[in-house]
Amino acid sequence: MKTTHAALAEKFIANTAQTDWHDRTLWLVRQKRDKAVHTLPEWEILREWASQIKNHTLSQLSEYLSEFEQKAKANGIVVHWAADAEEHNRIIYKIIRKHNIQNIVKSKSMLTEECQLNKYLEQKGIEVVDTDLGERIVQLRKEPPSHIVLPAIHLKKQEVSETFHRYLKTEKGNHDPQYLTEAARQHLRTKFIESQLAITGVNFAVAETGGFVICTNEGNADMGAHIAAVHIACMGIEKIIPKARHLAVFLRLLARSATGQPITTYSSHFQQPGPGQELHIVIVDNGRSKHLGRKDFRNSLKCIRCAACFNTCPVYRKSGGYSYHSSITGPLGAILNPNTDMKASADLPFASTLCGSCSHVCPVKIDIHEQLWKWRQVIVAEGYVSRKKKTGMKIISFVLSRPSFYRFSGKAGRWIMRTFPFLLKNKLNPWFHSREMPEAPKQSFRDWYLKHKP
Amino acid sequence: MLSKEKILQVVAANQPEFVPLPEMNHGCLIEYSDLCAQFKTASENVGATVQRINDIQVLKEELKKEAEAGRFIINTIAGLGTINKQATLLPAARLNQLEKVYIKGTIGVAENAAVWVPESNMLNRLLPFIAEHLVLLLEKKNIVTTLHEAYQRIDISTAGFGVFIAGPSKTADIEQSLVTGAHGARSTKVYILE
Repeated sequence: MKTTHAALAEKFIANTAQTDWHDRTLWLVRQKRDKAVHTLPEWEILREWASQIKNHTLSQLSEYLSEFEQKAKANGIVVHWAADAEEHNRIIYKIIRKHNIQNIVKSKSMLTEECQLNKYLEQKGIEVVDTDLGERIVQLRKEPPSHIVLPAIHLKKQEVSETFHRYLKTEKGNHDPQYLTEAARQHLRTKFIESQLAITGVNFAVAETGGFVICTNEGNADMGAHIAAVHIACMGIEKIIPKARHLAVFLRLLARSATGQPITTYSSHFQQPGPGQELHIVIVDNGRSKHLGRKDFRNSLKCIRCAACFNTCPVYRKSGGYSYHSSITGPLGAILNPNTDMKASADLPFASTLCGSCSHVCPVKIDIHEQLWKWRQVIVAEGYVSRKKKTGMKIISFVLSRPSFYRFSGKAGRWIMRTFPFLLKNKLNPWFHSREMPEAPKQSFRDWYLKHKP
Repeated sequence: MLSKEKILQVVAANQPEFVPLPEMNHGCLIEYSDLCAQFKTASENVGATVQRINDIQVLKEELKKEAEAGRFIINTIAGLGTINKQATLLPAARLNQLEKVYIKGTIGVAENAAVWVPESNMLNRLLPFIAEHLVLLLEKKNIVTTLHEAYQRIDISTAGFGVFIAGPSKTADIEQSLVTGAHGARSTKVYILE
């Protein structure tokens, strides 16, 4: 099924009330971020430090990855390397088979979404229970997350209530968030206690210590990791930071940028396996090393997944995560996805107004809107835009580069709009779908200016 | 180990030219005139409660009262009385009924209410998360201004596990309505010992 951002967005905005709610709510999150940011006079300096630390890390990534592996092994952690999603999934499956594991809990990890781990394991008859509340909601509904930090932000509480009534036997029609959260707590407590394997993501992996940090508000990563006999943490190669002291910079930026909190409730530092436990780390490439070689785009590997760029984006807020038809949605997805599948993601860099708001809120200073613009050029050069767009652009380019022809076209256009308005006010004109055509002025600005010029 | 070599080889070939680490001069960082007051405000903002005490006796009595009432409580702080080591090692299914746990934090961070708890203090990694209610004891002299200062004072490589805890477990995954008590402790109370 070939679907584009524009077509999927059209579906999303069909429900006006919900679209407005989505827009307003995410803007509220952006405002919370602003409020938190303004309490720190050093905010811009922190952003600069974070950006430079990440730039440095990318420039020494192979060295830091080797250092991290060596230190992690010395800590008693088993380290695996996965070239792609398939290998990542296979490694995890092998560990499951080795221990004959039945009960698996997983906390939020966008990497496992990217690798489609749940689907892979399901095909082998293995069920994974997502434990982040938002992720559990969308998992029960058989939907993917629509936002990397707020997975169920596209849903209203009535929808959550219906889902919980069906699967968790909650009261029909009770959509009090407190009640529903309590039901999820009880339901997932049972899953935690039975769990034999906990799968988690990684927020930061520290080369200097060979340990890693996971940030959650709910405590689900810890409930899983400290109960199950086996813990597997999955990380992309770009999660490395050089020193423990650098955690201060990133932890100060992450939650403030994401939700406006000064820090997440839990920032858990895993250094060694717990008593009697097995701790594994899977280090995943899946296109990242290639991305590192793209000078104009490598910057996006600095991302710490706060989603500030989502919450501020006027297109994301009004089109919803599903319009991006990929596991990483929003402006971030629009610059990451073309790297792995340019053809399938060719529409995403165009789903932006290039207003630059994303770049301004990014805590690690990724030039998101510039990358969107640069991807458009790469995508056009590679021939991945529709013929309609290409022809239109060619015509516009032809007209705009010939001043006298441009003036003639303007005059002709205004005359046509006045004399034969139906030629433009019809279904064939995409501009007219949801807009009125402007009144055609009698003269152009240029003509007016020439007449009135002092 | 084929993938490891392949990944490292491509990364090494594609990584940009050396960029130095930034000089991080801490002179620009925020300062608070009253660290303890700031810590209290930050804690309340993240949903924790704070009580300042002059004497550890207050906590000892609270603990004694709870024990007498037959509540399932675990104390991990030596200064508060005997530690029931056996209880800390109970299986998760049993700890699931744990009402409250008392743990000592080593550092408190004024800017964000985070309290550092190393594994050696919690005895069992699961305790601060599985308990219905969490009580943290913090000495006033151990409150620092920012996370930068906190990381100067702690060495994360010495603990097998350690966690910064700021407030109770919470979520806003349903319509952005804030609910406390998602999966971890429903409440976090911090006693600051003067």
